[in-house]
Amino acid sequence: MKRIAIIGGGLGGTIMANKLAKALSEEQWVITVIDKNPKHFYQPGFLFIPFGIYSTKDVVKPKKNFFPLGIEVINSEVYKIEADKKRIILKEKTIINYEYLIIATGVNIVPEETEGLKEELWHKSIFDFYTIEGAYNLYNFFRYWKGGRLVLNIAEMPIKCPVAPLEFVFLADYFFSMRGIRDKVEISFVTPLPGAFTKPISSKILGDMLDKKNINLVPDFNIARVDNKDKYIESYDGKKVPFDLLVSIPVNMGDSLIERSGLGDDLNLVPTDKHTLRSKEFDNILVIGDASDLPTSKAGSVAHFESDILFENILSAIDGRPLNSKFDGHANCFIESGFDKGILIDFNYDTEPLPGKYPLPGIGPFSLLEETKMNHFGKVMFRWMYWNFLLKGIDLPIESHMMMAGKKRLA
Amino acid sequence: MKKEFQVKGKIYELNEDGYLANPEQWDESFAVEIAKELGINELTEKHMMVINYMREYYKQNGVVPTLRKVSKESGVGMKDLYSLFPDGPIKKAAKISGLPKPQSCV
Repeated sequence: MKRIAIIGGGLGGTIMANKLAKALSEEQWVITVIDKNPKHFYQPGFLFIPFGIYSTKDVVKPKKNFFPLGIEVINSEVYKIEADKKRIILKEKTIINYEYLIIATGVNIVPEETEGLKEELWHKSIFDFYTIEGAYNLYNFFRYWKGGRLVLNIAEMPIKCPVAPLEFVFLADYFFSMRGIRDKVEISFVTPLPGAFTKPISSKILGDMLDKKNINLVPDFNIARVDNKDKYIESYDGKKVPFDLLVSIPVNMGDSLIERSGLGDDLNLVPTDKHTLRSKEFDNILVIGDASDLPTSKAGSVAHFESDILFENILSAIDGRPLNSKFDGHANCFIESGFDKGILIDFNYDTEPLPGKYPLPGIGPFSLLEETKMNHFGKVMFRWMYWNFLLKGIDLPIESHMMMAGKKRLA
Repeated sequence: MKKEFQVKGKIYELNEDGYLANPEQWDESFAVEIAKELGINELTEKHMMVINYMREYYKQNGVVPTLRKVSKESGVGMKDLYSLFPDGPIKKAAKISGLPKPQSCV
């Protein structure tokens, strides 16, 4: 029996387990998923927890509910990948040999990377919303907050779900308007990017929205430290932004396992061929989702689009054929913009987000780079799709590769 | 729109964002003069450490290194990078090093 090992049973790992279990003979291949955490988190839902839109129970289900029958599931931490020996050492020293390895270990926030971030004010008046604990503690803080200076800061790019910080301030504007204290809350969006978002057209449109919602944009801010005593953040070039409440997106890094195994770059991301999704160093290792260093968004939609490519390529590799399926960097993201509206963006390595209709050209029902109720509805529906279709590797009626049809080029 | 940049009669072609169109064309006198355009009147030894690191990294990897990488590996720390190349160290250092525009993350 030969083994395909998958480390990480999040979205990418679970989709791959489902696809491969269907395609490969149980007599020849054993598929092994290794993950230390038995819980699956619907991470896009964390954003809604601070505002009381979702509760923690809406975003957690047991991982085993989504794994296919007939695979091996190991609930353990991995100590090390010994890629040159094609084996994995578990924490309790058990050795797992593999023919192919899929790395799906994602990224985590590392607040320790920024001086003063995880000190006395952490989870008292400094919160993250990229962990369920952070999101829940912020929910409790918001229940009694009377207003003041809310500062959202992105420590460093890349981060997972690069639109989530924008969604957070849009929702905060909505939330405090509904509570009747919007005039008592000053919202600032402090980012290392030169504008609201990464690419020029969407950055302009989203920047205008910040303006319209009276949210102060502070660009080109690279955080050096947090002052816990006088409550301000300071950049490397000496700019200071005072806060009463700091919502931080700390540095995102790949799993420490990647570092221990010597497989990562300076952010513990695995150097990966951006088209074939194969590790640049080892032919029998493929990488899905946030764990890679691909120059596209770290987002569930990307892991989903990658899964089709990775599936084709791993079957080609097994047959000893070249990896012909090529990933184009396709990503799409619903951006919740408050007041029951949303925006949708769709892009890839070469094409920045453009206005238009999606997924059916000219028809939609979703509108690209435009605020609509339908887009909000799409985002709400998405959680149901995620649990019932996406994780199980069931095909959705959207293309893995980005399409230009339906998009409008702006002059 | 392409632009031209002249140093002592030698013509360097810049792309529309002001980066050297052909990194091979780079030399120190280009660096010194383009730095002045960017408000850096003198290239010190520390500036040159960063420039040499970035050029070497680009030669090896084909991409401009990230700010994190430069601060960890060039021998010049993050704070110094900001004082040497104010307002966006990577972009400025890439221009002076004759490298293409750094890719922004998505």
